[in-house]
Amino acid sequence: MQEQEEETPVFTEESDIAVTVNGHRYEKRVPVRLLLSDFLRHDLHLTGTHIGCEHGVCGCCTVLLNGEAVRSCLMFAVQADGMVVTTIEGMAGTNSDLHPIQQAFQEKHGLQCGFCTPGIIMSVHAMLHENPNPSDEEIRHELSGNICRCTGYQNIVEAVKLAAERLRQQQREVQ
Amino acid sequence: MKPPRFQFCAPHMLDEALTLLDQHVEDTKVLAGGQSFVPLLNMRLAGPAYIVDINHLSELHYIEPEDGYLAIGATVRQRQVERSAFVQEKHPLLVEAVKHIGHMQIRNRGTIVGSIAHADPAAELPALLTCLNGEVVAQSSHGERIIKAEEFFTGYLSTALEPGEMLTEVHFPWIAPQAGWAFMEFARRSGDYALVGAAAVVTPTSDGHCSSAHIAYLGIAGSPVRGHAVENVLIGTELEDAVLDTAAEAASTLVSDDMSDVHATIEYRRVLTAELTRRVLQAAWQRRGH
Repeated sequence: MQEQEEETPVFTEESDIAVTVNGHRYEKRVPVRLLLSDFLRHDLHLTGTHIGCEHGVCGCCTVLLNGEAVRSCLMFAVQADGMVVTTIEGMAGTNSDLHPIQQAFQEKHGLQCGFCTPGIIMSVHAMLHENPNPSDEEIRHELSGNICRCTGYQNIVEAVKLAAERLRQQQREVQ
Repeated sequence: MKPPRFQFCAPHMLDEALTLLDQHVEDTKVLAGGQSFVPLLNMRLAGPAYIVDINHLSELHYIEPEDGYLAIGATVRQRQVERSAFVQEKHPLLVEAVKHIGHMQIRNRGTIVGSIAHADPAAELPALLTCLNGEVVAQSSHGERIIKAEEFFTGYLSTALEPGEMLTEVHFPWIAPQAGWAFMEFARRSGDYALVGAAAVVTPTSDGHCSSAHIAYLGIAGSPVRGHAVENVLIGTELEDAVLDTAAEAASTLVSDDMSDVHATIEYRRVLTAELTRRVLQAAWQRRGH
């Protein structure tokens, strides 16, 4: 039997995609120019991912793409086809328990207006996964990609330290 | 700020990508990490009718040591180089430069080759490639050519790449074991584009004199600038303070006359260039072998 030839790729203005977001698989037809940030907010109604500058500077729209923190305003939804995305809505537990990072931000007042917070929480999640015990300097350096205009970052750094401590504790208990 | 309309295709084979690039030669752009290109689309500073997304070209996903240089394929992300134990050991200057690029969220998507192709005069990798006298590999459906860094960067966001061509690989020459190296830049905020930056490699002779020097700058002209005048001052010396003073002075004259903007006046850029020259050469010389 003759093998079926692969289709020659062609340019299109729309594309069918399947993306797993916060554990749910979504199948949608999207315009190719649709930004991932707009796909999350408009098509999936996950408005926790905020949009600040829309050119990669402010960090508000940071999500996890296959576990890595990325700017959702700097890629197209079509590029997330087949990938796993985690947004701020995917952080809390199923019975609305806050994630330890969210809990720490609440306790340490790591926010004021809260607009930048979803992006910061996602960045911190990626940071602590790679470096569970960061120094103050490392925390400040890693947070440089998320702009907060209210807090002056003091309480954010405190919140990250508390979250890191609790996540390390959690990890020890699992082991 | 939404990107303008375009037609899009994400092929899985290089041959297919090159064929697609050939279809509408004058109005097609290649999309890799997108960390510089998508902002241009969002701000509508760029608006190609066709975009070829090369992220699925797994055949370009490699970091290969070759005779004379480290070869990096077009789909290798900056973060992957930053984390690679192999590159950390074999080409630490490259890792040092990559760490200065944007923020980790940017480096998670941005590619090494994409930054070279974008040719921003304030970016790290074009300056590093210029310092090392490296080269790029350009491919089209008509063949392949290798272009030297000094011929590749032709002006602000401009390169020698022809319509229908794409960069598939970049070559970062190895640094001699006895050579010292350093990369430094000055930015107003962590992760911002630097006002000025410099990469340097200095090689000592067995009796402790400088036998070869390479230095290149970002942010001082429309393209990365190789500091031949600075290098000439260093040859045969032991990089004493007086020599560094002369080198710094030579460096300040390299700053292009039109480099005054809201971020820094030309006078300030000259001062920064001189001081960074002194510091980057000192740091590089201290790292040299004996």
